[in-house]
Amino acid sequence: MAIDFIVHDKADNVGVVVVENVQAGKTLSGWIMETNETVALPALDVVPLGHKIALANLQKDSTILKYGHDVGRTVAEIGAGRHVHTHNLKTRRW
Amino acid sequence: MRSLDFYGYRRENNRVGIRNHVVVLPLDDLSNAAAEAVANNIKGTLALPHAYGRLQFGEDLELHFRTLIGTGSNPNVAACIVIGIEPSWTGRVTDGIASTGKPVAGFSIEGNGDISTIAAASHKAREFVQWASEKQRALCHVQELFVSTKCGESDTTSGLASCPTVGNLIDKIDPLRATTCFGETSELTGAEAVCASRAASKEVAEEFWQIFNQYQDVINRYKTNDLSESQPTKGNIAGGLTTIEEKAFGNLQKIGKKTKFIDVLKPAEAPTKGAGLYFMDTSSAAAECVTLQAAAGFVVHLFPTGQGNIIGNPIEPVIKLTANPKTARTMPEHIDLDVSGILKREMTLDEAGDKLIDIMIRTCNGRLTCAEALGHREFVMTKLYQSA
Repeated sequence: MAIDFIVHDKADNVGVVVVENVQAGKTLSGWIMETNETVALPALDVVPLGHKIALANLQKDSTILKYGHDVGRTVAEIGAGRHVHTHNLKTRRW
Repeated sequence: MRSLDFYGYRRENNRVGIRNHVVVLPLDDLSNAAAEAVANNIKGTLALPHAYGRLQFGEDLELHFRTLIGTGSNPNVAACIVIGIEPSWTGRVTDGIASTGKPVAGFSIEGNGDISTIAAASHKAREFVQWASEKQRALCHVQELFVSTKCGESDTTSGLASCPTVGNLIDKIDPLRATTCFGETSELTGAEAVCASRAASKEVAEEFWQIFNQYQDVINRYKTNDLSESQPTKGNIAGGLTTIEEKAFGNLQKIGKKTKFIDVLKPAEAPTKGAGLYFMDTSSAAAECVTLQAAAGFVVHLFPTGQGNIIGNPIEPVIKLTANPKTARTMPEHIDLDVSGILKREMTLDEAGDKLIDIMIRTCNGRLTCAEALGHREFVMTKLYQSA
């Protein structure tokens, strides 16, 4: 089955969309590289190629994990299947 | 994996180059016009105009000399003409390059004027270029190869596939005793502890922390916001990267899974600890970083891009790879290797690493990179602070 998004590590709570034209409502197929598992996730937003999609429901002020590491904090509540980017994720640095 | 032998140019100091340039190097901004005139007169020479060289002092001046001397000394350069406004600093650069044993000649403009200087330098440049044109390539080995890497206009596909492809290559050539280099101090922010854990010893890790913290001090001193307009760049953000931490973890994939770095280099400083991976303190701006790595003697560069950074370097060929299928499709003239198959599970990382080795060795044998064919010659000196 073709892969729509990729997750680096099992612990990550976001994946990266690797196909063009992901529309809201489409059920996506994801590949977890670390464990070679496949998961399914309905997209709730348009998510462009290369952009992140939430894998779980995330509260405001929670930590986004990618590569198994902290890559920033959420500044809004994010539902599973939603687009994660500058509108709801910020750096902890600088 | 293919043979890692290649045909290169063995220089007077036994270092190996993969190109055979005759460079016309201005000492300072004032001498750019004369240098470009010489390169226009004598076909097959290459002028490297730049913006600096006047009234610099201290560590910034040392870096200026180290960059110019290192550029002229790079094994991809067969011979070098240096032109400066006055003879003293011009002589410092020619003496530095001459210590490699390669042909070098210096010319200064004060008391002569541009036209006489251009004439004298052109006569010498003609001699050098005809001499260099008879140099033959000879069989060389991977342990004689100096490979640098830096990524640019990264997006999430960089961290997923194109940077790990470089990392796969590094993990394969490190045990074969190649000399390799990564940098981008500011762009390790968020992943700095993981980077420090990849130092070969406690002392090297401490040196890394010192350099990293110094760079953070510079950013904290001059910043006017959280750098969200510059780090990540607009291109990074368009490509899906949101924070510097996310960008940093993707960046760090370039050093592979197991290779340790054995030393920390100042900007443009040549490695002295033998074969292995080196960390160099550099800006994360592509042309600045590659210019510093070329000045440290690295002869071939691996450049993963996501959104399509188009950088080249005048003396160090820049091989570009991408895992972004859209970039590969819309900017094919800039992309030497398309590894987007990794994201479709049509290509493994190990296969991608082998393909990168193949294109690197072909480039070492003389194949022009996309950036060379397109004439990208970004030569950008790093300036540390204001001139006096």
